[in-house]
Amino acid sequence: MNKIKFNLNGQDVSVELDPSLRLLDVLRDHFQLTGTKEGCGEGECGACSVLINGRVVNSCCFPLANANGKKILTIEGLAKTKRYQILKDAFHIEGGSQCGICTPGMIMAAESLLSMNPHPSDEEIRIGLSGNLCRCTGYNMIIKAVQKAAELGAGLW
Amino acid sequence: MVKHIIPNNLQEALNTLNAGPCHIMAGGTDLMIQKRNTAGTPPKFMKDVLYIANLEELNYVKKDGKRNCVLIGASSKLEDISHHPDVPNLLKDIIREIGSPGIRHSATLAGNIANASPAGDSLVALYLYDAEVVLSSVNGERVLPISKFITGVRRIDLRTNELIKEIIIPLLPVTKYKWVKVGGRRADSISKVSFAGLYLVNFGLVSDIRFAFGSVSAMVARSVELENSLKNRPIEQIIADLPRILEESNKLIAPIDDQRSNKVYRRKVATNIIESFINGIQ
Repeated sequence: MNKIKFNLNGQDVSVELDPSLRLLDVLRDHFQLTGTKEGCGEGECGACSVLINGRVVNSCCFPLANANGKKILTIEGLAKTKRYQILKDAFHIEGGSQCGICTPGMIMAAESLLSMNPHPSDEEIRIGLSGNLCRCTGYNMIIKAVQKAAELGAGLW
Repeated sequence: MVKHIIPNNLQEALNTLNAGPCHIMAGGTDLMIQKRNTAGTPPKFMKDVLYIANLEELNYVKKDGKRNCVLIGASSKLEDISHHPDVPNLLKDIIREIGSPGIRHSATLAGNIANASPAGDSLVALYLYDAEVVLSSVNGERVLPISKFITGVRRIDLRTNELIKEIIIPLLPVTKYKWVKVGGRRADSISKVSFAGLYLVNFGLVSDIRFAFGSVSAMVARSVELENSLKNRPIEQIIADLPRILEESNKLIAPIDDQRSNKVYRRKVATNIIESFINGIQ
């Protein structure tokens, strides 16, 4: 069995698992990081979003093998940062989270967007979050939350 | 049990392919879903799997000034391709409507070609630009035009010991281009109908004009013969020729009914789009 090494939430890890496993399952079942959700399981809903080398990726269609040598950040890793506090506060203020199932994915997509574009326009936020579905909020509150985060956290990204 | 091979370089990848047939996995955004199993279990692969997403040797987009073309390595990601200054704007616009950021950060152009879906959006631009696909094996390289490489619905002319190494896109002077994707949602949608067209106007004459449809036939529908019949004519003459262009375009496509749309709608929309493209030439 191949040994696959990567950095997970700041820690170097090495696993000997089937390399074709979905990164999603490895995170949830092997590392017990259950903040990353499975929604559709086919790359359409973004509930499984994680960051790979800082960029948002759908972990449901990402084979473990491709994680070799990469830096992976899940919602649990992001939760330890100041940026997360800002995003969390902004989602609270704007009502950007209701049932919560999409929220970790939304936050990861927002983090990916803000780290590349700290002051996104409304349109850029919509594109940045276009791979993430939410059945509760109607999206506008999430868009506002990301705008609010960019405002409150100016200089952090 | 199937083997999983993560090669350290291209040569190792080619040696692996030469030893026996493998699924070639790049970003995985199609293959992982096609072979999807129940949650927590590995996908259902019946062949060995070769993972090429992290082959840095194939991770490039560069301009070849001498040949006036752009070379795209097989492991370069759609998102990176869409930000490269030398990539034609038509292809960039198309890529921005493929999947979502989360897909584009791992999916590759080579993967979109190898998947050979009738609804593969990037293929429409690659056909218009007469792109070529470089296939590599331990025995050397073969270069095929995209229209020869794709032989049918999900069928490609790839030998078991080969992989797609590079895509060559010849650069063209373009006055204007048009890309239309009709889908159920802005992101992550599979096209019901797609269209790309471009033209070059020189001193009132249309010296080059190309157009093609996606998702309305087994492969991208393009007629070089029809395009040639329009070249080197004044714009007004081409617009006046619209009834013939619509008739010929309608012969070119063969839309089907499926879960995403139906043939009546698809034919009507395709006709409307080509009509608006021709009428919009200026």
